Amino acid sequence: MADPFIVAVLAGAVRSGTAVLYAAAGEVITERSGIINLGLEGIMLVGAVSGIAIASITGSPFIGISAAFVGGGLLGLVHAILSIRFQANQIASGIVLTILGGGLSAFFGIAYVGKQINSFSAVKIPFLGDIPFIGSIFFNHDIMVYGTYILIPLLAFLLYKTKLGLAIRAVGEDPDSASAAGIRVSHVRYFATIFGAALAGMGGAYLSLVYAQGWIENMTAGRGLIAVGLVLFAGWDPLKAMFGAYLFGGAQSLELRLQAIGTDISPYILGMIPYLLIIIVFTIGTIRQRKVNTGSPTALGLPYNPNK
Amino acid sequence: MKKQLCILLFCLLLIPCQASIAVEEKSKPMKVGFLCVGPINDNGWNYAHNKGRLYLEKNMPGQVTTIMAESVPESAEAERVLEKMIAQGAKLIFTTSYGYLDPDMRVAARHPDVTFMQVNRPYAEKNIGTYFSWQYQPMYMAGVAAGRMTKTNKLGYIAAHPVPPLMQAINAFTLGARSVNPKVTTKVIWINSWSDPPKEAEAIKGLVESGVDVIGHCQDNQNTVAKTAESLGVYCTGFYNDAHELAPKKWLTGACLDWGPLYVQITKSVMNHTWKSESIVKGMEGGYIKLSSFGPAVPDKVRKEIKSIEDNVKNGKMVVFQGPLKDRDGKLRLAAGDKADFKWLSEMVWFVPGVEGALAAK
Repeated sequence: MADPFIVAVLAGAVRSGTAVLYAAAGEVITERSGIINLGLEGIMLVGAVSGIAIASITGSPFIGISAAFVGGGLLGLVHAILSIRFQANQIASGIVLTILGGGLSAFFGIAYVGKQINSFSAVKIPFLGDIPFIGSIFFNHDIMVYGTYILIPLLAFLLYKTKLGLAIRAVGEDPDSASAAGIRVSHVRYFATIFGAALAGMGGAYLSLVYAQGWIENMTAGRGLIAVGLVLFAGWDPLKAMFGAYLFGGAQSLELRLQAIGTDISPYILGMIPYLLIIIVFTIGTIRQRKVNTGSPTALGLPYNPNK
Repeated sequence: MKKQLCILLFCLLLIPCQASIAVEEKSKPMKVGFLCVGPINDNGWNYAHNKGRLYLEKNMPGQVTTIMAESVPESAEAERVLEKMIAQGAKLIFTTSYGYLDPDMRVAARHPDVTFMQVNRPYAEKNIGTYFSWQYQPMYMAGVAAGRMTKTNKLGYIAAHPVPPLMQAINAFTLGARSVNPKVTTKVIWINSWSDPPKEAEAIKGLVESGVDVIGHCQDNQNTVAKTAESLGVYCTGFYNDAHELAPKKWLTGACLDWGPLYVQITKSVMNHTWKSESIVKGMEGGYIKLSSFGPAVPDKVRKEIKSIEDNVKNGKMVVFQGPLKDRDGKLRLAAGDKADFKWLSEMVWFVPGVEGALAAK
């Protein structure tokens, strides 16, 4: 079972999936509150560039990651103001954010292309890292990967076991009833939107600070959109989003390693693997959701007007 | 009669108008447009074209102004940007990516008075000329360095798309390495994108896991490849631009473009109307493509060896693709005594022996 090839593919899956996971986990929280944010691509880019900029100024990747959290959150605030305060079309606002984030990051990023930064390196966790098979797959990474091992269960706990989580789910299902029960719908939605975008910003910073160790325009290459898709696939659940993100990461990791061992399959077919997998899994997910009713939050994407 | 008089008057009106335009054209600097597929600060392909543009501005002050459009996709978007440049008055446009030829042809047909220079394609007609330089020549030398430096005899190559110019580079790299170390093999990983840094980083990790200790590449953006190789402790070679500072310990050498003098030459020929449609392709003897500086890891003996190959290639004593040359399946691709010409090179969609990796076409 401990074939080095499989271990390498799976370890690569965790690494490749982590950036998407941050973004998808954030989007789960946002969408649970009834706000859909399609702007993850732009938010990740802004996170990636703010992470690099601040890390190269301060020399600390930790401060860089925090800056990405703030940067992503600020873009989330824009989306929140548009879609909550002004009750704008959330799809349109999300697309605006994608374009805005791409432009902003390209503009501010020019000064940081090719900049040397201190990055997180892989740290093997004592004991856990020595477990055969599992150890090299999960416990021989950088600190941002380990962060998700804590973050994702925490988010699940937040969503299902806390009052705040209940409030988020309530405003996402039925804002009128939630409001009648004394929940301040806009406040909860503001929180969920800004927090979700902040996490997406961290996902972007993972790409620039840790994974590729540098900034280049448009470096997310569609991963923000993948993250939006993963939320549907995950049935709006943080733990399933983790599985989905690793599946996406795994498909990419497999594609590249199949090439490294020298298969004769067309590179185009291999390049399609991540997307093909997602389509297949979507189809299965949709069919299953029809049977079990654990689908989308009922008020998703609908503007809430408290004065109507 | 009245009508004829009107036409005559109208024509008279036009004469000073045209004269003033002509005068204006002479005194006004010529606008030269540049279309780039990625950001110009990528330390690679687009950086090299922008370096050429800056050289042009510096060497023809007052005579030219330039317009730069970065990150233009190879789609209908390129057509739109080209039209906009022409509306802004561009008389000469350099389209600096492989996939711009189709938008180029459509726009060029609509604007016969504008000159287009398309990079990288063996195609020339009316107002479209092409230019390119043989990047495979310095990549052969980078291959020699790789072949000398590898301990595992496994080289890796991160490649964007299976197009002939990149096939030439991969094949030349492998031929160079095997000329000094016949046990060497090159594993090719296709990224299917000119730039996707996260995927490049993961691909290099995959290669290193499989035993590779020298990474060659032809991605537009060199930052990720060089830095990832440096941090994983494997050697890397460059492409398009000398980026040795990105991998201070692990840089070997590579290909480095220098378009500046060519851009000046073409711009001058368009200005004094001597420009004609042709394919300008030169190797290292033309000076548009050079060998990058050596990294500290390369010993003097290897440097000397490569320098002498460089001299021989420059003065024509040595040719990289020389017959008899077989592909990895044993099919004869270049007969003994035959010389590689532009057409032969631009149809290269096969690998030489020693290259491992999928082929797009069989």
